[in-house]
Amino acid sequence: MHTGAGVEARLPIRSDMDLVWVRQHVRQAAAKLGFSLVDQTKLVTAASELARNTLVHGGGGRMEASHVTTGGTDGLRLAFSDSGPGIPDLDRALSDGYTSGGGLGMGLGGARRLVHDFAVETAPGAGTTVRVTSWVSRPPRLRGDV
Amino acid sequence: MPQHETGATPPTPAQEVRDFLWRRSEQIAQRWADEPLFRAVFTVSREEAVEAGKAVVDALAQVADSQRVEDPDAAGFTGVREQLARMGAARSRAGLSATQVSSELAALLPPVENLLVADLEQEEPERLREASTALSVLLGTLRLVAMQTALSEIQALTDRQRLQLLEVATPVIKLWDGIVAVPLIGTLDSARSQVVMETLLNAVVDQHARFAILDITGVPTVDSLVAQHLMKTVAAARLMGAECVVSGIRPAIAQTIVHLGLDLGTVKTRAGLADALAYCLHELGTNIVAAAPGGAGRR
Amino acid sequence: MSGGFSRPMAGHVPVLRLGDMLLVTLQGALHDSMADQLQQDLAETIVGSRIRGVVIDISGVEMIDSFLGRVLAEIAAQTELLAARTVVAGMRPAVAITLVELGLTLPGLRTALTTEAAMELLAQPIVPVRTGGVREESP
Repeated sequence: MHTGAGVEARLPIRSDMDLVWVRQHVRQAAAKLGFSLVDQTKLVTAASELARNTLVHGGGGRMEASHVTTGGTDGLRLAFSDSGPGIPDLDRALSDGYTSGGGLGMGLGGARRLVHDFAVETAPGAGTTVRVTSWVSRPPRLRGDV
Repeated sequence: MPQHETGATPPTPAQEVRDFLWRRSEQIAQRWADEPLFRAVFTVSREEAVEAGKAVVDALAQVADSQRVEDPDAAGFTGVREQLARMGAARSRAGLSATQVSSELAALLPPVENLLVADLEQEEPERLREASTALSVLLGTLRLVAMQTALSEIQALTDRQRLQLLEVATPVIKLWDGIVAVPLIGTLDSARSQVVMETLLNAVVDQHARFAILDITGVPTVDSLVAQHLMKTVAAARLMGAECVVSGIRPAIAQTIVHLGLDLGTVKTRAGLADALAYCLHELGTNIVAAAPGGAGRR
Repeated sequence: MSGGFSRPMAGHVPVLRLGDMLLVTLQGALHDSMADQLQQDLAETIVGSRIRGVVIDISGVEMIDSFLGRVLAEIAAQTELLAARTVVAGMRPAVAITLVELGLTLPGLRTALTTEAAMELLAQPIVPVRTGGVREESP
């Protein structure tokens, strides 16, 4: 894992008010790093989906944002973690149309399409951490679908 | 790396190197000024090369002071990054390969090492050995930083040029009040498709266009990825309140689309740009009537 | 019937009445609970009124995630049930691109470039419209 710097912000996710803060923070951080408007919007939307998952399915948690660099490219890494029940069937949760509450079933799978790198750590009863990273001025095509 | 306690105890190898660099800054810079790397980049005067050399020595001393001789991200390098990038870029412009630039950077070590050996001759051989190891690690890191910085400059430049090319290759034409068109020529890869999508949608907003025509007459092939991009563009335009028509699907492309089993079901298509324009005009409620024969013009 | 009223209450999105239409303007930071509240408010306002259409202006909205997308789709479906129509107006390009990438194309949603175009669309007799374009049906 390549890191250029430590965690720069830690935001609680306990209410839908917090979701607004998460979105605002990610928007500002992405704009500061020079993300294009479309890329900012994609990352903010992914953050909103993931933060809502943390709130609704994980019973609350937090987001950590950090600035990362690799080979001279700046990126923004976001980690959403909760200590909730975990995701029992990850493959199913990542497939479109799957939903365990509220949304249109786009949460995890949709968020994955909006970022460059995507990783989930989860175990039944042991909570869930989703880490996503997007990079500035890479070729516009998403590379997340490996 | 062995770490000694600071205080009254002997300095760590990194601190030893730091003190050496401070003490010998002038001499090192003088020697570097004669090396090909500095000679070739700073052609105006020798003083200029010496000044640049001193800046690098200062940066190295700062890095050694922070005990992070093996860390290319050490704060001490920040100040000289731009200068190193300029030096590296100048050498590659002069036709040197990356390997050659790298070996020119490597050539900076021996003169410094000789000075260090001369300075620490009286000390225990163990101390000298450790200090000179730290020094060569430090200069290795410098080399890494210089190469990294130079490469990322070049990368940024090509990225910028590529983007400019993409934008130039995607003109938006206003055909009528409320109708814009993007004639696409050449191969559509996914990066270009993305630019096309953004350009077209921005034009829809700027021109208040209710219709957008994507003409692909000049596109030799369409693969499934490109077809997907076309469909995404159409879907995004619809969300904004505009309709997107794809025109100029040549028989070969139509065949490919069928062959790949792609469903363009939701996409409005027309054979040619003129047909697409006629469709949009009709939808807008605009009728075009041929002028009276004999070239009487409009009445 | 004429004139308008607004309800700038805390936690509520203001709903402006213009003749037989409702105009809702969504702005930047929208809480989930406000969006849910809006859905309820609209249903209550339409029931028993002679509202024919709802225009939701989202030109000030910087992001639509699946939650807000669902709310918009549900408002549209719900007004349809109440014999009115909803048009979503002014979606920004970056927002539209992101929604499509997310996988939400909201096929049932009526859209328009601007609130004016949306009003024009609603002023027309009911015809099945797929896109936001105001147009005549083919003969």
